[in-house]
Amino acid sequence: MKASTPFQFVTASYLVRIGNQESTSLLGLQHDIENCSDASIFYHTFQSLGRHHFLTEGFSNDFAEWVFSACNRPALAEQLASLDIRDYVSLADLRGDLRRIVGDYCQASPRESQQSAFESFYFCETVEEEVPLGFEAWTLQEFRDGLNKLGHASLQFHFITSRLRLRLRSNDFSQWLAKELGLKDLGRQVDQIDVYTNTLDSVRARMLELIEKEPLQ
Amino acid sequence: MNQVQTEVRTNKLDDYAGLLGGAEIAELRALASRLGERTVQMVNSTSVGGGVAEMLNRIVPLMQELDLVVRWDLITGGDDFFAITKAFHNALHGGRYDLPDEGFQTFLAYTEQNRTRLQFDSNFVVIHDPQPAALIESRDNLGAHWIWRCHIDLSQPDPKVWEFLAPFIHRYDAAIFSSPSFARRLSIPQYLFYPSIDPLSDKNRELEPNAIAEVLERFHIDARRPILTQISRFDRLKDPIGVVRAYQIVKRYFDCQLVLAGGGAADDPEGEAVLAEVREAAGKDADIHILDLPPWSAVEINALQRASTIIIQKSLREGFGLTVTEGLWKKKPVVAAAVGGIPTQVIHKHTGLLAHSIEGTAYQIRFLLSNPRIAQRLGEQGHEHVREHFLITSNVRRYLTLFLHFQKHD
Repeated sequence: MKASTPFQFVTASYLVRIGNQESTSLLGLQHDIENCSDASIFYHTFQSLGRHHFLTEGFSNDFAEWVFSACNRPALAEQLASLDIRDYVSLADLRGDLRRIVGDYCQASPRESQQSAFESFYFCETVEEEVPLGFEAWTLQEFRDGLNKLGHASLQFHFITSRLRLRLRSNDFSQWLAKELGLKDLGRQVDQIDVYTNTLDSVRARMLELIEKEPLQ
Repeated sequence: MNQVQTEVRTNKLDDYAGLLGGAEIAELRALASRLGERTVQMVNSTSVGGGVAEMLNRIVPLMQELDLVVRWDLITGGDDFFAITKAFHNALHGGRYDLPDEGFQTFLAYTEQNRTRLQFDSNFVVIHDPQPAALIESRDNLGAHWIWRCHIDLSQPDPKVWEFLAPFIHRYDAAIFSSPSFARRLSIPQYLFYPSIDPLSDKNRELEPNAIAEVLERFHIDARRPILTQISRFDRLKDPIGVVRAYQIVKRYFDCQLVLAGGGAADDPEGEAVLAEVREAAGKDADIHILDLPPWSAVEINALQRASTIIIQKSLREGFGLTVTEGLWKKKPVVAAAVGGIPTQVIHKHTGLLAHSIEGTAYQIRFLLSNPRIAQRLGEQGHEHVREHFLITSNVRRYLTLFLHFQKHD
């Protein structure tokens, strides 16, 4: 089967812009989460997962990591780490939940929330530059071949950060497979691959396995 | 001579594909292709010695191979100029500036000479560190982008020196720092570029087992027993005595050896004194190997790191800590102090272990010696962390992305 619109493979390259906000306590973190930019929320959650994709256990986002290692508050860290970015199609919603979790803790534990962290949390932002890679896929075979040629930044762009762009609980790959090739089951199975317990390379390997199981078209 | 011809390199971009995968290199080419014929000019104060020159010697040829037109220029100055810039350097790092005020005028006079001598006609001008910072006066507002790459920790500068330099810095389009904690509040955008290592350099490339064995034999180190290693200058801020104390605690439980290897003692009176103190602390323990190595010991350092069971970096203060990066790249478990850029590299319990005291360092070493599988996992994850973020190719990618970002807004 041939798609009516090809899949355009893109890479994204990311700059990290250092912000002017620096939290030195949980109370400070609560305030800064409230006031930082969307690009900053993105960097410390979606981007953090991509940057640390090779860690397949115990690492979720920068906020949880800092609360655990610099503030020694494991219960709060667990709550922050339990936020699954796949549930979010808007940064405003994600910010709201981060703010609520940290705010509830600060309210319940006012003394602890004012204690100085062992090291500061520096807010940064992502600046994204997209560049087409110059190849595209019209068929499942071409899609498979293209997938094999992608670097980590491309995989991250199409599989992780695409949710915000699409504003859907899905990703570029699944959307195209379902919409253009009519492979809804394959698209669903691809979307179910757990990015928290897989590296980007193992996400790719799992996708290739799923594609291989499809009957030849 | 103003313009630097980079050292003869045999490593081409495709040589990195074996380590990174062909896709990563193809993506670099895709990014560079969008820049077309854009020109880049790097400016710093030396072509040899020091981390900045070493980095430019590798980055410039890689960018040229990506078809960018890249020029590398040096500023020049007399001994008086470099005495002042050295004082600036120390003062910006948190020391005190104790030269007379005429130093500022001397700095500006040499800047004027360099402005007359150098041409600034590239699309992207990258000025490295404070020495050439005032060259921004040559900006003609004809569309070139000027970027200040600060390789030092600016978080606690001497106010007098910073007040002098800040008006120049604020005229750049952007500044680049090696860590968010090294930056300052500026009116211009600030970007994060990590320092990087070259995986194909003598200090980091793979070595044959017999080459490693030869180095161990030369230094009388026993390959059959655990080896704990700290590579660093003999400098109090690297806390070599603290490393000896930590080793002495570990030694009660494990029959291990300690290697303290570095340079700096030959041409630095303080380094010589520190070396003597370390020797005294080591006493007559034949399992402590104190190696004062000459600057051309890259392969020896590589071999020592590769032979090590655990890499230690127990600094009291640190810049980014590239010796940590080197250890992680070699898949070694690292026990390090949580200072400077080290926590960026050593994510506690993920890519290594952090410690805050001599006793803590000793405990983490004992833990790793007792749990070799955990040590192996930390080493492997540390290697991946370096592969993603701290290699020279990542640095090239960041520069290309910054140039693309500017180009998009032209």
